[in-house]
Formats: sequence, C-alpha cells, structure tokens
Amino acid sequence: MSGQSTYVPKNALAKWLEARLPIGGLVHSSFIAYPTPRNLNYMWTFGGILSFMLVAQILTGIVLAMHYTPESTLAFNSVEHIMRDVNAGWLLRYLHLNGASMFFAAAYIHTARGLYYGSYKAPREVLWLLGIIILLLMMATAFMGYVLPWGQMSFWGATVITNLFSAIPIVGDTIVTYLWGGYAVGNPTLNRFYSLHYLLPFVIAGVVALHVWALHVAGQNNPTGIDVKSSKDTVPFTPYATVKDTLGLIVFLLVYCWFVFYEPNILGDADNYIPANPLQTPPHIVPEWYFLPFYAILRSMPDIFFIPAKLAGVMAMFGAILMLALVPWLDTSKVRSARFRPLYRPFFWVLILVCIGLGYIGAKEVTPGRIVVGQILTAYYYVHFLIILPLLGLIETPNPLPNSISESVLGGNATAMPAGAHAAPERKG
Amino acid sequence: MKRLRLLLAAVAALGCAVSFTAFAQEEGATFVPKIPERQSWSFAGPFGIYDTAQLQRGYKIYREVCSNCHSMEDMHFRNLADPGGPEFTEGQVQALAAEFKVTDGPDDNGKMFKRPGRPADPFPKPFPNVQMAKLANGGGVPPDMSVLAKARSYEPYDWFPADVGYAIWSMLTQYQTQGPDYISALLQGYTKPPPDFKIEPGQNYNEVFAAGNGIIAMPPPLQDGVVEYPKGPDGKPVVPETVQQYSRDVAAFLMWVAEPKLDQRKQNGLEVMIFLLVAAGLMYFVKKKVWAAVHA
Repeated sequence: MSGQSTYVPKNALAKWLEARLPIGGLVHSSFIAYPTPRNLNYMWTFGGILSFMLVAQILTGIVLAMHYTPESTLAFNSVEHIMRDVNAGWLLRYLHLNGASMFFAAAYIHTARGLYYGSYKAPREVLWLLGIIILLLMMATAFMGYVLPWGQMSFWGATVITNLFSAIPIVGDTIVTYLWGGYAVGNPTLNRFYSLHYLLPFVIAGVVALHVWALHVAGQNNPTGIDVKSSKDTVPFTPYATVKDTLGLIVFLLVYCWFVFYEPNILGDADNYIPANPLQTPPHIVPEWYFLPFYAILRSMPDIFFIPAKLAGVMAMFGAILMLALVPWLDTSKVRSARFRPLYRPFFWVLILVCIGLGYIGAKEVTPGRIVVGQILTAYYYVHFLIILPLLGLIETPNPLPNSISESVLGGNATAMPAGAHAAPERKG
Repeated sequence: MKRLRLLLAAVAALGCAVSFTAFAQEEGATFVPKIPERQSWSFAGPFGIYDTAQLQRGYKIYREVCSNCHSMEDMHFRNLADPGGPEFTEGQVQALAAEFKVTDGPDDNGKMFKRPGRPADPFPKPFPNVQMAKLANGGGVPPDMSVLAKARSYEPYDWFPADVGYAIWSMLTQYQTQGPDYISALLQGYTKPPPDFKIEPGQNYNEVFAAGNGIIAMPPPLQDGVVEYPKGPDGKPVVPETVQQYSRDVAAFLMWVAEPKLDQRKQNGLEVMIFLLVAAGLMYFVKKKVWAAVHA
C-alpha cells in the first residue's frame, strides 16, 4: 500500500538531505503519491478537518495562555480581560471555545463514519484503538479546559466529575485528593488542570501521528469496504484528496465561523458567566453538549446488588467508551461496509438515534420519567454492542460485493477511465 | 358484601384525600415564573449593531440607579468612548469619570486618598467587600454587572419536542438576546403577588424571578419619570420616560457591557463569511476540474 516512494530529489541540497534524513521522501509518499481509494465520499474529509482543528486549538490556546491567569480569584476576570483589552482577544477566545465544540462534532462524525463503513475491521484494529485513545484524551482536555474560566459551571462541573473517582473502591478517595490537590476543588485544582490542559494537546498530537502512521500502513477503508486490488482502484493523494479535503474543510469552516461570529455563546451555558461560588450550587448542573450522552448514562444507573449507583454509573459511563474500543472484536461480520449489510444498516441508525436521545436526557433535569427513558436507552446502547453486533454477523446475509472499487464506481466498465488519469495526475489542474 | 363496599369507599376517599393534598401542596409550593418574551433589539441578528443613543440613555440609568448597589468591575470609564459603544466624546468621558470618587494611593505619607475618577480607572465598586454589600442589602449580594447580560437565560419549554425545536430554531435564527430579554422583563416584573403568596417584610415579589421562586431582594428599582431623558426641540423627551423604556434601555446597555465587541465581531463575521463562501465556490470548481478525468 504505502512506501511506494517515487520521490526524486530535484536539487543538490535536497539530494544531500535525502541521503541523511529522507524526510522529503516521507512527505512525498504520505501526502503526494499516497494512493487513496478513488471512491471516497465527503465523510472521509473529517480526518483532515480534525487535524486542522487540533492545530487551530493549539495555536489559539497558546496565545490565550499568554494572557490568562490560572489563579482562582483572578481567572474569571482574566478571561474578561482577554475579551475586552487583548487585541482580537474576543476572537481568539470564541475561536477556542467554539473550536472545542466543532472538534467534537467532527470527531463524532469521524467515529460514526468508521462504524458505518466498518473501518475498524482487520487490518485496521490498531488504527481504530488509537482513535479511541485520542477521543479519551480529547475528553480529558476539553473537561479541564472548561474548568479554566472558573465560572459556576466550571467549578461545579469539576466538582461533580472529580467526585466520580471517589466511587472507585479503596483508592477512590486518594485519587480525588490528588485530583483536587487538597480536600475540595480550589486553587490547586485550577493550577493542575491548567498545566494538564496545556500538556494533553501535545500528547494528542503524538497519538495522532501514530494514528496517521497506522493509517498509512493499512491504507484507507472506502465506502464499499472492499480492499484495494489494483492501481485502478486508487488515485494519488495530491491533487485528488487534497482538493476534496480542502473543499470539505472550507464548508466546515463556514459552520464553525457561523457560531464564532454570530452566536458564540449559544452552545455554552449562561451560568458559566457567573463567577465560581463554592457556597452556591447552581440549580441544574450540566456539562457541555458533547458530554451529554455519557452524562445521561452516568445518571441513569441504579444500585445493582452490592454496587452502589454512583460506582455503577461511573462504570457504565467508561464502559460506553470501552464498547467502542471492543467493536473490532464484537462485530463478527466479514463484510465491512454497511452498504452491503441490510440488517446492520438500520441498527446503525437506531444506535445514532439512541445516542442523540441519551444526549437529550443528559441535558434535561432529572424526572422519574426521564430516568426510565435514560435507563432504556443506556440498556439499548449496551445491547447494540454486546448482543446485536455479534449476532448480526452470524444471521445476516450480506448483499453481493462488487469485484473491485473501480468496478463499483464505473459500473463494470473499468476501462472507461482515460489512461492519463492516474498515470500523470500531478501535471493536471 | 357491605363490608367490602365500605372498604372500597374508604380506599376511594383516602385516594381522593391524598391526591387532593398532593395537588394542594403543589399549588402552594410551585411558583410558575412568567417566561420573558423574545423582544426585538437593534443588536440582534447577523447585521444588528448597538443603538448609540440607547446605550447613552442606558448608561444614565446605570449611573443614577444601578451603580448605587451594582459594581461593573470589568469596565473602565475609557470604554464609554469605544467604537461600537455609547461613543461619548473624550471630553464627556472625562466629565463622566470625574463624577465618581475613586480610591488611589498610597501617597507619600503611606495614606490612601480619594480623588475624582479618570478615564483609565475601572468603575468603582459601591461596596468595599461582600460582607458590606450583604449588610446593606438585607443579606443579598447585588451581582456584578460586567457580564450579567450573558449570565442570564431562560428556557421557555420543558417538554419534548418543543424544547428541541426551540433550541434548533434559536440556533438557526441566531437568537442570542435571552439576557436582555430576561433583564428587561425582570425590571418590569414587579407585579402584585397572587393572593395566597407569602412575602416577608424586606422581600419583593417578581413574576419573572425564577431563581428565587418569585421572591427577590431587590426592591423595584425603576419608576416612571425617575430618570430624566434628553429633550427634543419641543422640550419633550425624545423617548418616553417610562419603566418599560427604561428597562429596555438599561438591558441594551448591559448587553453592551457584557459584549462590547459585538459590532466588530459581526462586521468581521460578514467579511469572513463572504471570503469563505467565495473560497468554497472556487474550490468546488477546482475539485470538479481535477476529478473530471477520474469520474469520466
């Protein structure tokens, strides 16, 4: 798949460098000559979009860190200082704030695409697991970042979530004390969250490098889910994927900028513009939207035999992500793409609806009726992964697969492609 | 048989009594707040900007009424001259700042001293500390007004699917003015309490104040005619000196205080959106041309 480096250094300096550090060849084989399946749809542009968002968050974050004060009596006002007195400070903060939401939106679409087209199946299990690790790191980073403005929801969100770790038997209380740096959420908590919020994005960048490496070893999946069989099935990354990814990114930026410039606070909670007050609990503590399904799972667990509801909730919440990590081994079907799986396809969409439903329950105040709905949806989430997914592979008759990607694109007339199309694509456009 | 009937009657009576008391308790305990109405504001929507004259009137209300109890610690007098704000002239700002006494120092003798405010000063706080604020306000702390208009919101629907529909509709119509809607409704929300509503002395009833279940520490701050507005050539105020008008003007002012860069944000937004739309259009045709050979 990869490694077909056709890179030829063009001048003496490049030749000299290539003999000592073949970085030119690496870039050439990864982003120029790299063969991508010719049938990728726009769902495949989210990998590039996510890379862009990571860089955007790091850049805006580094500049914000130059003006922010991580001290519990000053943090809230230092954010307002950024909003008012730092040049383009309002823009940086709104980009960063809404950037987190857009990052998660893209990550969830990217993950759902993987689930739909079976991108987690052999030989891409490690690629998938690295993606789940990135998702977990993103969650930790976003959670700690949300604490930094030190508003009411920052403070009480931190209190609720850190308290969850006290549910762990024996070591729970010790862990919570270390998270807090004391016996309650306070200035030491803010300090360590700030430090970790600055550190984790670079850890994410490292795991992203591994994710991309694993991708370039296994090659990209594609909407048919069948393997690339010949060079007719692929086109070079540049210019084909590059222009398509750029178009996808620009459309994504239109949505991002809609939020940043016209409704920068609509995705947030108004209560976070109230400075943190340890003596006054807000009537309704909710996390940001991207955590709502997990929050619903957390809240919906009852006492189970000897396991208290709190521990059960924490286990169910982390278990929900564990389910995603186990998908490569829970799915027994040999066929990757849902396009050829008539039974899996409806169940996939039901799962998406269940996740949205969980998000809704997570956003609302608890009522007896909503608890029951949350429990049913949580149960279904687990049933999907633990029962439906393994069973479907055994009972489902997949639709016939096309012989090759090029056949599926060109309707069996694979010779219709002009010979020049992939022989010398770099000279085109 | 007779015994059974009696038993049934007793059960029914008990059921009625229980449900009635439950109902009665609910009636007594739950205060149903009035939901603020969505109002039209000059600064709403993609092209909306602040109304300078309205912000100047709003500042007058803050100065004469709110500032007696409410701080505004993220604002400086100089901000009153900022573009996209009340846009007072520099001379006016100097005069407005000088109306306040600010604490400065220590001087060469190590003493703090009072002097008239200057444009570079932040707005002074009405109370030196929270304890003093509580003492002066019957135990309540008047909230700081720097970001108050972004810190207040309300949800008009709590039933599916109206709540989801409302959220999506708000997102599509760029509804970002819950704060001023709420503030202006609250200032007009000092109505007569329902007959069975209990109010202690020193408390006030407000039909909008959900956070306190209808009971608010702040007494009605505005009355008709309490703040004098600029007069037109005919000697009459340009806008009516009513609680309704005051509420709207001060709510608009507080929105500017909370979001002073709104005008600039929307102007930049328009430029960015046009740029991205053009870029998307160009990229669409580039992509089409590049891929033409493959799709053939």
